Amino acid sequence: MQRRARVAYMFLAPALILMMVFVVVPVVASFVMSLTDFNIRALANWGNARFIGFGNYIRLFGDELFWKALRNTLYFVGIGVPLAVTLSLLLAALLNSPLNRAKSLFRIGYYLPSITETVAIAVVWRWVLNSRYGILKQALEMVGLDSPNWLGDPAWAMPAIIMMAVWKGLGHNALIFLAGLQSIPSTVYEAAQIDGANGWEQFRFVTLPLLAPTTFFVGTMTLIGYLQLFAEPYTLTDGGPLDATLSIVLYMYRHGFKFFNLGYASAMAYVLFGLIFVATLLTMKRKGEEVTFG
Amino acid sequence: MKRAKSVPLALVINLLLVIGLVCMAAPFAWMLSTSFKGTKDIFRYPPQWIPSRPTLDNYTKLFRTVNIARPFANTVITAVSITALSLLVCSMAGYAFAKFDFPGKDVLFMGVLGTLMVPGQITMIPVFLLLKKLGLLNSYAGLVLPGIASAFGIFFMRQFIVTLPNELLEAARIDGAGEFFTFNRIVLPLCKPALATLGILNFTGSWNNFLWPLIISTDESMYTLPVAVASLAGQYATEYGLQMAGSVVVIMPIVIFFMLAQQWFMEGIAMTGMKG
Repeated sequence: MQRRARVAYMFLAPALILMMVFVVVPVVASFVMSLTDFNIRALANWGNARFIGFGNYIRLFGDELFWKALRNTLYFVGIGVPLAVTLSLLLAALLNSPLNRAKSLFRIGYYLPSITETVAIAVVWRWVLNSRYGILKQALEMVGLDSPNWLGDPAWAMPAIIMMAVWKGLGHNALIFLAGLQSIPSTVYEAAQIDGANGWEQFRFVTLPLLAPTTFFVGTMTLIGYLQLFAEPYTLTDGGPLDATLSIVLYMYRHGFKFFNLGYASAMAYVLFGLIFVATLLTMKRKGEEVTFG
Repeated sequence: MKRAKSVPLALVINLLLVIGLVCMAAPFAWMLSTSFKGTKDIFRYPPQWIPSRPTLDNYTKLFRTVNIARPFANTVITAVSITALSLLVCSMAGYAFAKFDFPGKDVLFMGVLGTLMVPGQITMIPVFLLLKKLGLLNSYAGLVLPGIASAFGIFFMRQFIVTLPNELLEAARIDGAGEFFTFNRIVLPLCKPALATLGILNFTGSWNNFLWPLIISTDESMYTLPVAVASLAGQYATEYGLQMAGSVVVIMPIVIFFMLAQQWFMEGIAMTGMKG
């Protein structure tokens, strides 16, 4: 038995050592750093960093640009997550319909954007959104609409980023929903039909409650991912115009790796961590309420 | 009666799906089309979908002037190394959690799962400092090492290995096979489907990774493709043909890979969905 335990530790060792070095210790280290004024001088010699207590957090509180980044990120999440969840559920329902005539073609087609690299596809979208030569302008004109100056107008830049993010993640989420839909036994629908439920009622009172765990999963994962918004504004707008698309991670990247205010950036990372934590807890609480129904 | 009703519905459903599909495909078609156009045809409205004077100039420039081959090689080396090492390390740990009893097992396993909640931004700064101290900025080790051990990978392999019959492992032991022989010759071959799925997730993930390479690779010679394309888009801001060619080089290998290994990708989605 002793020997078996030793063997087990041997198999575990590489993974645990790597996780220790690259995850566990850094989580603690970055909290400690967030309590110091670690900056470019400390980069050359760690001894130059001074302990300043919660100074960085207090500074964040008064940093207007940080508040702006926080508001922008919440705007992106607040509109983006519900939109992404609703549209992908809708798409999954369409894909799941027995009347769908080209199942595998649609599945592949809708899934494609989600495996693409974000920067490369954002470069493509910058061209799609181009206010003079872009194809979105052409598409909007076909239905009689004017195209705004998407990335040049502070009011439209964030909607453009939301549009791209939802477009990109749609197929992936829809396929997760599709798996959820297919796991609902047909007998449940037959029972509902016998009780006289129409199509909408079946969706509202059978599909939605039984799909709650999937919705919860997709919603939480999208929320966590969206709170970490970075590559899209980095590529499309660099946070502009007028900081309208500056996100928390982009602001953190600037402080951390442009100006090397690593202490200050660590404090931002911890605020982000807190947001993700709270968001996850909140959705979990919601989940508890909904599951009693299913 | 029922038939008469379902014909228009079928039309609506398929029409909606086709419209959506066009929205999904249009940016890709537009990217490909622009990448084969010269400047005159690029700046033209209404846009021309099929280039009237197709040219390879953008691709030539991409390889000659911008030297995209270097970031391409860097990305391949990084993604392949991360995938191979991660499969090995995670399946070893998964095996230990699945088929061994040892003191501290539950605590360690919960600890591993706990790291799933930690966003990469938290660990990024100390890891950057550590690798800088070790002189590993702008190195393959710096790109690869932090990406090897993943909580998801360990969990995923554990869930699969748990289902393997114990009798098989016992039989090997009775025959006097060493522990590593058992792992190498019996466990790993049985794990092929799980390794394929996890490998594809890992490979795609590291091919598409942006923030970490952006931070660790400050020297152009160590850029990965996403970093190179981001820099290209900044440097040649108005050369859309060149930018689209760059995007094609980043995106198309994964798209082709996906077409070839579709089944495993789909399995991967079902598995990640299960995580909840």
